[in-house]
Amino acid sequence: MSEVSAGRWRFPWAALAVALGGALGALARHEVALWLGEAGFPWSTLVVNVVGCLLLGGLTVVVETCSVHRLVRPFLGVGVLGGFTTFSAYLVDAGGLLAAQRPVGALVYVLATVVLALAAVGCGAGLARRFVRRATPSTGEVERS
Amino acid sequence: MTSLLVAVGGACGAVSRYGLDGVVRRWCASPFPWGTLVVNLLGSFLVAVVTGWAAFGGLGPAWLRPLLVSGLCGALTTFATFGQDTVRLYTSVGWGAAVRNVVVTVFGGVVAAAFGLGVVFLLRT
Repeated sequence: MSEVSAGRWRFPWAALAVALGGALGALARHEVALWLGEAGFPWSTLVVNVVGCLLLGGLTVVVETCSVHRLVRPFLGVGVLGGFTTFSAYLVDAGGLLAAQRPVGALVYVLATVVLALAAVGCGAGLARRFVRRATPSTGEVERS
Repeated sequence: MTSLLVAVGGACGAVSRYGLDGVVRRWCASPFPWGTLVVNLLGSFLVAVVTGWAAFGGLGPAWLRPLLVSGLCGALTTFATFGQDTVRLYTSVGWGAAVRNVVVTVFGGVVAAAFGLGVVFLLRT
């Protein structure tokens, strides 16, 4: 890790931010699952993953183009949004649909999650880029690598 | 109480993902997001072991499920970083790399989960 410099131990603030964010993200995912409940289709995991992708797409643009605190990305990106979205529940849900003799539902769920999640990353990034450009008109075009 | 278990599991899962991703990144410098793949496959394997074990009726105390499934495995794996990595591969390398990431992650996850269920099946019979 880049924070460890020449044998001098430094408090792992980034790891702490990730842990705190992960707890909040997992808790929020749990609340959404309780809120949406069981409805025959794993809507809650789908919603959580798509919303998380939308927000991470936007956050990545903001972090890369604006000067933000160095803990913003570990806390919000790796912690909150990483802990909010989940790949394991996605597979468990697909397995549950298969076990319930709904192979078409499982296939639709697997494909729809991927397609909507990728579209959400793009939308989040696009919205954030527009917002950043409007917020800082003097810098003009925002450079993208 | 359940919320607290999910939060504790989530914190452990997120830190494990952060640490593992860092180790894998240092280990192989590549545009392909190996770190995200490793945590997602590991989480898929673990969640299959835990839910498989529970299906055999032997997971033990009820509080283990929110701690391990919703908390630990839920936060160890990530969909947002997978999506972000895929879009980044598309913009920096091309379509092929992005599609490969999706196929390898989804099929790899299914294989890892099947492997986890197989391990439970072998241990319980």
